[in-house]
Amino acid sequence: MFTFRRCGLLVFMSMLSVTLFGQAAATEPENMFTANGKLGVVIAVLVTILAGLFLYLISLDKKISRLEKK
Amino acid sequence: MQKNWWKVLCIILLVYTCTYGFLVPVPDPPGVPLKQTIRNLFFHVPMWIGMMVFFTVSVVNSIQYLRFLNPKYDIRATEFARTGVVFGLLGLFTGMIWAHFQWGKAWSGDVKQNGAAIAVLMYFAYFVLKGSLQDEEKQARIGAVFNVFAFFMLFPTIWILPRLSESLHPGGMGSEGNPGLNPKDTTNAMRSVMYPAFIGWTLLGVWISTLRIRIRLLSA
Repeated sequence: MFTFRRCGLLVFMSMLSVTLFGQAAATEPENMFTANGKLGVVIAVLVTILAGLFLYLISLDKKISRLEKK
Repeated sequence: MQKNWWKVLCIILLVYTCTYGFLVPVPDPPGVPLKQTIRNLFFHVPMWIGMMVFFTVSVVNSIQYLRFLNPKYDIRATEFARTGVVFGLLGLFTGMIWAHFQWGKAWSGDVKQNGAAIAVLMYFAYFVLKGSLQDEEKQARIGAVFNVFAFFMLFPTIWILPRLSESLHPGGMGSEGNPGLNPKDTTNAMRSVMYPAFIGWTLLGVWISTLRIRIRLLSA
C-alpha cells in the first residue's frame, strides 16, 4: 500500500510539471499545448482527471483484493 | 497480475482516446454542421455501446440465475444493470449537451432521445421493483424475470423504433447509417480512435462492475 501511495505521489508530481509547461507557453507561442488554439491544455486536464480516476480505481481494487485474502 | 491485463488495456486505450481523440484530423464537409463536435463520437457514443454490453451481460446472468438459482448470478446481473444505467444516463446527458449546441434544444423530443430515456427508465423500474421486495430470494427471482422483460424492451426502444421514424440523429428514416452513427461522416483515421474508445470505455464499466460485485460477494 505504501509503495502504491508513493507511485501515486510520483504520478501527481509528474503532473505538476504539466502546469509548468502551460506557464511557459504564455511567453512562447508555439508548443504542443498552445497549438490548435490551446487545445493541448484541455488534453492535459483530461489526462490528469483520467490519471486520478484510475489511481482511485486501482486503490479500490487493491483494497478489495486484500479483503478477499482475509 | 495475469488476470488484470485487461485493466491495463483499459487504461492505455482510454489515455489514447482522450489524447489522440483531440488530435486526430476530422472531416469538415460542407453542409454538415458538426465541425469539431464529431469528436463526441469518442465519448458520447461509447456510453451507449457500453450500456448495451452491460445490459446484455446482465440479462445473461439473470437467465443463469433462473436456471441455477445461485445468488451469485443475481448479484452479477444487478451490478451490471446498475453500471448500464449509469452509462445510459451519462449517454443521455452528454447527448443533451451535444443536442443543445447542434439541434438548438437539449431535449427536442426526438424519437432517439425518447426511446433511450424509456429504456433507461425501464431499468429504473427494475431497481424499484427489487428494492420494494424484502425477501432476498423473491427479490432475485422477480428481478431476474423483470430484467429479461426490460432487456427485450430495449429492442423496440433503441433499435427498431428509431429506424422507423424520422430523426435528427443519424440513422432515422430517410437518413444514412444505423441508430448510433452515420458511417459516411467517419473516416478511417476517426475509426482508429472510435473502436479503441468503444473497447476502453466498456472495459472501464466492466472494471467498476466487477469491483461492486466483489464487494457484494464479500459482504454476502
